[in-house]
Amino acid sequence: MLTPKIQSIDVSAARDLPGVHAVLIAGDVPGRNDVAPIFEGEPILAEGLVEYVGHPVAAIAAETMDIARAAAALVVVEYLALDPVLSIDEALRRKSFTSPPQIMRRGNSIQGIADARHQISGEVRCGGQDHFYLETHIALAVPQEDRDMLVYSSTQHPTEVQHGVATVLGVPVNAVTTEIRRMGGGFGGKESQSTIIAALAALLAAQARRPVKLRLSRDDDMVITGKRHDFLFRYQAGFDDNGRIEGIDILMASRAGNVADLSSSVLIRALCHADNAYYLPNAHIHGYPCKTNTVSNTGFRGFGGPQGMVAIETVIDHIARTLGKDPDDVRRANFYDEADRDTTHYGQKVEDNIIAEMVDRLSQEIDYPARKQAVAAFNRDNTVLKKGIALMPVKFGISFNLPTLNQAGALVHVYTDGSVHLNHGGTEMGQGLYIKVAQVVASTFQIDIDQVKISSTNTAKVPNTSATAASSGSDLNGMAAHDAANQIKTRMAGVAADHFEVDEGEIEFRNNRIYARNDSISFAELAQLTWENRVSLSATGFYSTPKISWDDDTMTGRPFYYFSYGACVSEVVIDTLTGENRVLRTDILQDCGRSLNPAIDLGQIEGAFVQGMGWLTMEELWWDDKGALRTHGPSTYKIPGSRDVPPEFNVHILEDAPNREPTIFRSKAIGEPPLMLALSVWLALRDAVASVGEQRCVPNLDTPATAEAVLMAVDEARAQSRGG
Amino acid sequence: MPVRFQLNGVLIEENDVSPSMTVLDYLRETKGLKGTKEGCAEGDCGACSITIQSALGRVKTVNACLMLVPQLDGMSVVTVEGLSAPDTDMHPVQQALVDNHAAQCGFCTPGFVMALYAYTQTGESVTPESVHEAIAGNLCRCTGYRPIVDAGISLGSKAEKVIPPAIEQSDYYTDGDEDFFAPRRLEQLVALKSEHPEAFVLAGGTDLGMRASKERQPYGQVISTANVTELNQIERDQDSVRFGAAVNYTRALPILEEIAPSFAQLVRRIGSRQIRNLGTIGGNICNASPIGDTAPCLIALSAVMIARGPNGQRDIPADEFFTDYRKTVLSADEILEAIRVPIPSPDLIFRAYKISKRFDQDISAVIGAFALKVEAGVVVSARIAFGGMAATPARAPACAAALIGQPWSLDTAIAGGAALTEDFTPLTDFRASQDYRSRVAGNLLQRLHLDTTQDGVAVEVMAL
Repeated sequence: MLTPKIQSIDVSAARDLPGVHAVLIAGDVPGRNDVAPIFEGEPILAEGLVEYVGHPVAAIAAETMDIARAAAALVVVEYLALDPVLSIDEALRRKSFTSPPQIMRRGNSIQGIADARHQISGEVRCGGQDHFYLETHIALAVPQEDRDMLVYSSTQHPTEVQHGVATVLGVPVNAVTTEIRRMGGGFGGKESQSTIIAALAALLAAQARRPVKLRLSRDDDMVITGKRHDFLFRYQAGFDDNGRIEGIDILMASRAGNVADLSSSVLIRALCHADNAYYLPNAHIHGYPCKTNTVSNTGFRGFGGPQGMVAIETVIDHIARTLGKDPDDVRRANFYDEADRDTTHYGQKVEDNIIAEMVDRLSQEIDYPARKQAVAAFNRDNTVLKKGIALMPVKFGISFNLPTLNQAGALVHVYTDGSVHLNHGGTEMGQGLYIKVAQVVASTFQIDIDQVKISSTNTAKVPNTSATAASSGSDLNGMAAHDAANQIKTRMAGVAADHFEVDEGEIEFRNNRIYARNDSISFAELAQLTWENRVSLSATGFYSTPKISWDDDTMTGRPFYYFSYGACVSEVVIDTLTGENRVLRTDILQDCGRSLNPAIDLGQIEGAFVQGMGWLTMEELWWDDKGALRTHGPSTYKIPGSRDVPPEFNVHILEDAPNREPTIFRSKAIGEPPLMLALSVWLALRDAVASVGEQRCVPNLDTPATAEAVLMAVDEARAQSRGG
Repeated sequence: MPVRFQLNGVLIEENDVSPSMTVLDYLRETKGLKGTKEGCAEGDCGACSITIQSALGRVKTVNACLMLVPQLDGMSVVTVEGLSAPDTDMHPVQQALVDNHAAQCGFCTPGFVMALYAYTQTGESVTPESVHEAIAGNLCRCTGYRPIVDAGISLGSKAEKVIPPAIEQSDYYTDGDEDFFAPRRLEQLVALKSEHPEAFVLAGGTDLGMRASKERQPYGQVISTANVTELNQIERDQDSVRFGAAVNYTRALPILEEIAPSFAQLVRRIGSRQIRNLGTIGGNICNASPIGDTAPCLIALSAVMIARGPNGQRDIPADEFFTDYRKTVLSADEILEAIRVPIPSPDLIFRAYKISKRFDQDISAVIGAFALKVEAGVVVSARIAFGGMAATPARAPACAAALIGQPWSLDTAIAGGAALTEDFTPLTDFRASQDYRSRVAGNLLQRLHLDTTQDGVAVEVMAL
């Protein structure tokens, strides 16, 4: 019954239902039925082949949601069953990929592994994750004059929505405007996926010649739209007596789902984070985006980075336990270092490395060695409950992997009363981007922030934008807005200099006023004066990230402008009878550069950690043997609740740490990096599991580490020990 | 008779609204009150939290998505719009959330506002734990909750009895197509059920409400038990407590706390406060889910279901109540009147353990309930029931037999656990695999042994 071919589709009964205004199947798309963000051939409505359970085949617009739903039930589709691929393993076997494999190579991994004193090999899997933004996908399409279309879309990528809508409608890009004020959460789930919803709404609106709003129910949202890629990793490593890696081979196979979407980009970021904070001298990291008959997976906070780190952290943990060493000593032995150990396996020099200092600082602040001893003591005294503790260092590359995407525009107007209108290409999804960029503008003009009006992101105001993704929102848009504001400020300063008859260099913007020696006027007065002098008070700003490059053929270059660093220690307890587990305490030290807004950055760190913890522990996507997702609502798919947050949760932002690169006010990106700190929870769970076995027990714990997974790992660790 | 209620201080009378319309749809679509959000339409995210208060009751938070409009009859309803008008000062709860940076995307925020608004009026002791309990039914994907919990703690909680206006309630509502009966007396309820054997019997509606919210199906005829006086009583005598079938979890909790603390602890993990404010033990029993949390406890405690039909009352032992997946012994013209729970004697050891992916607001993978008597170190009686292990909640006779007559030792517990394979062959589904269910059920016997033999030893991760 799966991956069926459509034999026939009959929408006549749906069309005839009173209250129905538009019914759409693939054949009705006036333009091209394709919303692929990178490649081609990603139809919004299944055409011939239905490639996964939940693949939309028709869309209906009606007077009410209930009528539309009733009409949808009247669509009759006859399928011819084909042979589906439902697992990564099966896709690997069949070499079924959505885009070509991607390979990073440095030195000779085979030799490096073989020549080393010790060798290990193993396999580990990490699960996918639904974004579970509280607001599901939504779009409102409003037909305009001519064949223009205005689309309000809950999207992280207004430009891609604009392109997708233009493509399906068969109109030029200038006929479509996308606007977005805010999303009820995004997390990467609304980077490419929102185009599907917006395009359907636009097609229905064009057909019905009326505004159409399309809002997905939670179940439809979870079934129809992509998630974080689950991965299968197979690794081999060779290392010395200190656990220092001399050669490594990691296979990374991701579940891309039915089409490519962003899977190739996600995979490359996974490959680029196969090192985390460790130097890999001889490395062969090879990735396979597996085509499966399940929903097409997409970006999710970290975008492959977290998955890549699951692989290397498994290797580190495996090495340590094989040698009977403290995993933290093995981490330290492998950290990037000076001179000949400072270049990544993709050829980027790590110039801003602070990981060892951060780990030292955190360890000291929490008296980590004593905490480890306390955990060991607890485990000696308790037979059923066992504790684990672990440290996770994070080095995360900032910039879109693809250099082209690292650009942004902004539009700033100053009105004659001194109020400021701000627009830029970034979108607001709760991460605080709008306020950060407004701060930049207010700071540039030295005016109060309530003088700056933050306006909706709109493709007619700032065109050709990149997605608000890759943690880049404030880096890119902050700089673009800074550029725009600076242009106006320079012009205003010229007017002020003429007015006060001083050199421009003597003009100072401060506290809502403009000073020249002992004279001053208000910012509003200067705005009025600038207008009177017929000088423009409007500017577009632009920014493109310097220094970055990438060679797709050799898979080398400098994809990242800089790295963001973090360190985290988590302590957990598991119940060895049930596998139930809980985080007891977490301590975080996070690098934010010179934070633009510490309150917002703190919120990003805490939120990302908890989201990562959910991914690694309780959030389980469960497909049945027919390929249908059975966990498609919060009753079955469990994201963390307030009680799951570590009862002791200490988060500190690294102080006095300006970005060594001249980013916007020397800040650093914060959206994604802290998510990976949650790997400390999973590593601590591994530590707790290992405590039930003999010394040198290597736990076998995939993610999500649900109670079930932990109990199975505990039983296996015990069996290993008994078996010798 | 119309449905009458006060909405944000204004008396409303509705005559035409479909009785199958959810309160969420009503608020958003009919009244244009869009502050109440739909995040899931299954009562699991809390974005649609509002408060209701009956003439005699306290302010309580509920999920608007799971309630039908006629269930509001006689209530004072407050939505987030009722707390502060636009462009006026924020309500203290809203201000506390802002002050603590507790909103990021903001979509869940109105729901948290309403859950915390109710919390500030309960008068419970203000601790992180009580705030967790108050917001266990609200999901946030952005903040990581810490600032929300801080806001709750900063607000505190004072028992303030606001007397709502008395609003006349009706016992029948129809929009012309569908009927909603809300009888006041048991005899009326029984008569209605005989006249309309196919009607849905609605208690709290926290499960049945999904028919409207998710399946978008009309009910046709509904008989609500919520206003039936006899079904709302809790009577206690020397030997037992009799819970009327319409008594909700929130009302049952204090007395369960007294007679069987482990049962009460488990009830605190049923759904969320929003769910427990509506949901009833009677509803949990009558929907006969294999993973209903109360049933194994009631079976282990030898509770008795009191059914009533046109021919009078009959007692049904809890373990005979369930016949098959979602089926009970009640006949089409019978209703559940009450549940009689024997008060455990001081020498009865009673424990209930729930296993789920998340501690709060999750449906059990496995639930084990154990009632043991141990004399001179020997198990003299054992009544054990499980949920999640079969098509119905059921006793585990082989497990019990393996314990009875044996010294209460770890070996006996292990043997009891092993005997469960004779009692159950569980299924694999998205909550747990067959293997895990079997293993964990068996292991719970070991937890029981530890829990009942070693004072002061933490036996669950939440105890640390």
